[in-house]
Amino acid sequence: MITKRIIPCLDVKDGRVVKGINFQGLNDVSSPIELGKYYSDNGADELVFYDITASAEGRALFTDILKKVAETIFIPLTVGGGINTLEDFDRVLKCGADKVSVNSGAIKNPDLIAQAAQKYGDQCVVLSVDVKRVDGKFTVFAKGGRENTGMDAIEWIKKCVALGAGEVVVNSIDTDGVKKGFDLEMLEAVCDAVSVPVIASGGAGSMEDFVTLFKELPKVDAGLAASIFHFSEVNIKELKERLAKENIPMRL
Amino acid sequence: MVGIIDYGVGNLFSLKSSLAYIGEEAVVTNDPAVLQKCDHIILPGVGAFGDAAEKLRQSGMAEVVLKEAAAGKPLLGICLGMQLLFEKSYEYGEYAGLELIPGVVRPIAPMISEGLKVPHIGWNGLHFPKEKEKSPIFADLAENDCVYFVHSFAAVDCADFVTATAEYGAELTAAVARGNVYGCQFHPEKSGEVGLKILKAFCNL
Repeated sequence: MITKRIIPCLDVKDGRVVKGINFQGLNDVSSPIELGKYYSDNGADELVFYDITASAEGRALFTDILKKVAETIFIPLTVGGGINTLEDFDRVLKCGADKVSVNSGAIKNPDLIAQAAQKYGDQCVVLSVDVKRVDGKFTVFAKGGRENTGMDAIEWIKKCVALGAGEVVVNSIDTDGVKKGFDLEMLEAVCDAVSVPVIASGGAGSMEDFVTLFKELPKVDAGLAASIFHFSEVNIKELKERLAKENIPMRL
Repeated sequence: MVGIIDYGVGNLFSLKSSLAYIGEEAVVTNDPAVLQKCDHIILPGVGAFGDAAEKLRQSGMAEVVLKEAAAGKPLLGICLGMQLLFEKSYEYGEYAGLELIPGVVRPIAPMISEGLKVPHIGWNGLHFPKEKEKSPIFADLAENDCVYFVHSFAAVDCADFVTATAEYGAELTAAVARGNVYGCQFHPEKSGEVGLKILKAFCNL
């Protein structure tokens, strides 16, 4: 039986992991290479790296580090952040990424999804979308959640999947950082709209939140989180054992 | 030395890195002379069958694979590389494969239960046929060990050669073997420790 995936997400800026990190047994907690390896060795089913660098120099450094990460972990690796062109796809795939996540780049140019899917296959193109309720409607936000695009999120996600996005990461701005659980209402609406894998993001604060996610919404394929893993509030191995006890299929 | 066949399909970085990690020397090449010197050959592949089969033939690599396989060299096809080992595929048309293993490749959508997503993507447990001896490349694996799949097509009509299956609304062909020719539908190079064990066992053949 296919297992549900648990995915830690690392934000990398100028070659270093940002957000406070609280780990024991690691020499350099800001090294994406050490952290990537740590997660890979400790049960993560997949890794996501977001490049939040602003400068070209920082981006070159990211590419360098990405290569080193890909050399030492043997689980799927998704890379996002600053992906605006096919050349950006090419750049990170050559460094060993398996999938590429697009967000604002696809909003600027939706055809990027079609072009990338054609060239690298649907399985390679991950749509990441930041969604917030505006007057009760699920609305797409761009630029890291700062800009309201006015677009209906469900329509946007459907459109991107039709263009060739092979997976969708749904990040709820409303629940992000609140740590009171995933946005089940939003996720259900997305799951009902598309037939590609849906990855839940935003709001995980405890193990119970993952239990609730997979029990309430068996259609969700994966749960993604950052700070609760980084701060060791939730240990991925223990989380997966807990989920397995609830009869949720897990790779242990 | 392990020869990874380069015929312009897919990303070979992870495969090469994983072999380096387990201490196996590997070369990515499309030079028949180099492949002849290798003692193991891996046929990778991502993308569409028809396109890949054509590239394999045009690059002259199809001939080399057939020759080396006939000479008894261990050959491992991965993902699309595994599908290419069969007689033909019905992926967007009908295309001939290498015919090293009897069987054909068909879309999984009609085989699996309704409501399941296609592609079959993610970690799934391997089941080893009980009536058969375990394939040597799975010697260090246990029933239900998980490996990473990404595919929309699967091999059928090849029951005699199936060495592992995965349950996804049906028992899908996950691995096959015929003599010195091996195939994995999943990606051992993306399957963590379990995948590295498989690659190691193959390199030790």
